[in-house]
Amino acid sequence: MADQLSQVFAALADPIRRDMVSRLASADATVGALAAPYDVSVQAVSKHLKVLEGAGLVSRSREAQRRPVHLEAQVFDLMTKWIERYRQQAEERYQRLDAVLAEMDGSGQETKDGAAS
Amino acid sequence: MTTTQQASRNSTRIEALPDVPAIRITRDFEAPVERVFRAWTDKDLFQKWVGPRSIDTTIDEWDARTGGSWRYTSRRDGEQWGFYGSFHEVRPDERLVQTFTWDGAPDGVSLETMTFEDLGSGRTRTVGLSVVESFEIRDMILASGMDTGVVEGYEKLDALLA
Repeated sequence: MADQLSQVFAALADPIRRDMVSRLASADATVGALAAPYDVSVQAVSKHLKVLEGAGLVSRSREAQRRPVHLEAQVFDLMTKWIERYRQQAEERYQRLDAVLAEMDGSGQETKDGAAS
Repeated sequence: MTTTQQASRNSTRIEALPDVPAIRITRDFEAPVERVFRAWTDKDLFQKWVGPRSIDTTIDEWDARTGGSWRYTSRRDGEQWGFYGSFHEVRPDERLVQTFTWDGAPDGVSLETMTFEDLGSGRTRTVGLSVVESFEIRDMILASGMDTGVVEGYEKLDALLA
């Protein structure tokens, strides 16, 4: 799991690859269509696609002649779960801090002195 | 000024940086900077929010001065975990630098830098940067369940995940 997560992070560390992924979120696309907006060669785009494929983020149909690139949304579900779980843990911790800060309001000194026991 | 409003207003932002093995967590608080700093450095205040109610945390050592050290133990259902480190720098109301080690992995150490920014009107922004030894360890932390928290930073991905 952690290995795949590392590969996914590495794959998404590149701005062009992130952009490709976000475009594939709306629809499958051919390599040519994917390459069109970038000022790089189709070969360079193919290389980026290989990295995304290696991380399991996209797949390409073997049958269809146009071999459109397809986004593997479940990988994002996995990432979303991890990210959201961590964000939630941090958020819960900080909400406890919110409560402590509210308690300190106006009686801060008292809280501090009382803490010595 | 209620806790519920604060909770909905100030959300926690997490980024896994793509170029350094680090995690950055940003959060605003409805309290003046000196109060937020104190909640972070006062032993008894810190103990109140460090862990969830289901986990019993004992602060075993707490010397929140530059060069001081800290250690606490968390227990739940007969299991326990120890954490320790040093206070590398304590600069009141501005900056808090600590090392952090889980005693289950004593060779591992992260460097935790908290910065406290006065936003005016009695509000404070905290930015916590945790740097670990490698991307592998960072990603393990992401996938493990420690409460250090994690990721985003990928703006396009944010939109995609929404």
